[in-house]
Amino acid sequence: MKKIDDEMMESLSVLSKLYLTEKEKEKMKEELWKILDYVEKLNELDTEKTKPGVHVFENSNVFREDVVENGDMCEEMLANAPAKKDGQYEVPKTIG
Amino acid sequence: MKKEYETIIGLEVHVELATKTKIFCGCSTKFGGEPNTHTCPVCTGMPGALPVLNKKVVEYALRAGLALHCEVNSPCLFDRKNYFYPDNPQNYQISQLYLPICHDGYVEIETASGKKNIRIHEMHMEEDAGKLVHDEWSDCSLVDYNRSGIPLIEIVSEPDMRTAAEVVAYLEKLRSIMQYLEVSDCKLQEGSMRADVNLSVREKGTLNLGTRTEMKNLNSFKAITRAIENERDRQIELLEEGKAVIQETRRWDDNKEYSYAMRSKEDAKDYRYFPDPDLMPVNIEEEWLEFLRKNQPEFAEEKRERYQKEFGLSKYDVLLLTESRHLAKLFEETTKFCGMPKQAANWMIGETLRLAKERGMEYEEIHFSPQHLGDLIRIVQKGEINNRNAKKVFEKIFYEDIEPSLYIKEHGMVSVKDTKKLAQAVEEIIAQNSKAVEEYREGKQKTFGFLVGQTMRTMHGNADPEMVREILKQKLDRRADFS
Repeated sequence: MKKIDDEMMESLSVLSKLYLTEKEKEKMKEELWKILDYVEKLNELDTEKTKPGVHVFENSNVFREDVVENGDMCEEMLANAPAKKDGQYEVPKTIG
Repeated sequence: MKKEYETIIGLEVHVELATKTKIFCGCSTKFGGEPNTHTCPVCTGMPGALPVLNKKVVEYALRAGLALHCEVNSPCLFDRKNYFYPDNPQNYQISQLYLPICHDGYVEIETASGKKNIRIHEMHMEEDAGKLVHDEWSDCSLVDYNRSGIPLIEIVSEPDMRTAAEVVAYLEKLRSIMQYLEVSDCKLQEGSMRADVNLSVREKGTLNLGTRTEMKNLNSFKAITRAIENERDRQIELLEEGKAVIQETRRWDDNKEYSYAMRSKEDAKDYRYFPDPDLMPVNIEEEWLEFLRKNQPEFAEEKRERYQKEFGLSKYDVLLLTESRHLAKLFEETTKFCGMPKQAANWMIGETLRLAKERGMEYEEIHFSPQHLGDLIRIVQKGEINNRNAKKVFEKIFYEDIEPSLYIKEHGMVSVKDTKKLAQAVEEIIAQNSKAVEEYREGKQKTFGFLVGQTMRTMHGNADPEMVREILKQKLDRRADFS
């Protein structure tokens, strides 16, 4: 099993938007490696006779009908916003 | 010698489905509401909110998939596509990766160089994101989540297109199919149909694909054509200079006719897709598919063929009539009421389209009762009203949907067919226009038309022009004999 290298650490950091100190990175590398190693154990299971599944639950076809049920909840929804302006959520400027 | 290149194009097309509610919650999908008035804990990604799938979305997706000759995956499943951006408050978009609802289909397109099949790689259901407005005067952006959770289908083609003309033909075909299915209005300008263009170039005769770029923000057929030609030239230039094309997402600016790099393209693995545990698998039973197959509409192509065969209409006419399902429906119903398909087609293609164009109306905005046009056609056929008046009456039908026979009576537009009355009017005109009469007798045929016009005028336009012509000719020629 390949260890987590610096490049992988850097890429994960970008994707998760978590910026760690060198010390934290080293610790995280070790912990991530342990998790991967643990998951790797699953490969030892004999699944030859197991039916492939698509979901953890047995349920299927849980539907709603196409009927409008919600009214204007703008105020209640915006009550959760850290910052708001003109009935909208205010967020740090993003371009793209 | 300059090398020859081939352009390879594949498309990802997003189509907004015309359901009443969002894909996973009971919020309205109505366009144009005040910001955030169509939102709830589900479509704003509140922790603990539970999405439940709108059955209509599955039905619409299946109908689209069947029309694109796709295979259906049963079960199909939803996955989470993870990315951080404020238009997406859950930090993941619910989409389908591993088991999309449809796969392996095709659409037939026709361009000046003939017919061709464009293969569909897959088609999946997903939710739309919110809308960000960037405030120019401050360091913040504002988010409206009304669009968050609007159902979309994404149709991914194989890289089977080679020219901008093929791309436009493909998009027009998709739009026509979706409109005939009534699953979407597919307006590029309003964003209910969005196309991302994946493009690469390679030397003609080689088989390996070159590095591709993806272009976004293409919201008209013209913009798509310009962007494709521009990107093809940009890539060829790079290769000619011995440089490499970088795999990236580019944004087209139609005003500047130029595209710029937005970001280097993420790999699928960067999105860390995994099955969404909140949403149960969807099993699609054969009976449901059979029911949907039976209830598919007659598409534009089938209508064109039938109109030509059944009604003897020209290829050009049927092309115009089937341009929108709404127009075709008006034509068919008018024909049903009057039993005269050729006349019905002429009124649709001539006056209806002229008035719609004059007013800058979309076909879907044309609302008159086919029965009223049908009645008018019958009245004209019986010769009860002349063509000029008929056009006036039709304008009234087009704008106000008036009842033609009543309107014609009330406005005294019935053609006068009383020979005595007409003869009297002709006599008067001949007496008043002796100079013109003389010129006519000297062989100046043009003045005949002038005299017909004068007679029609004294009759306030309500005469049968054919009868006027006949009587006038008789009288003029008879007098000529006497002199």
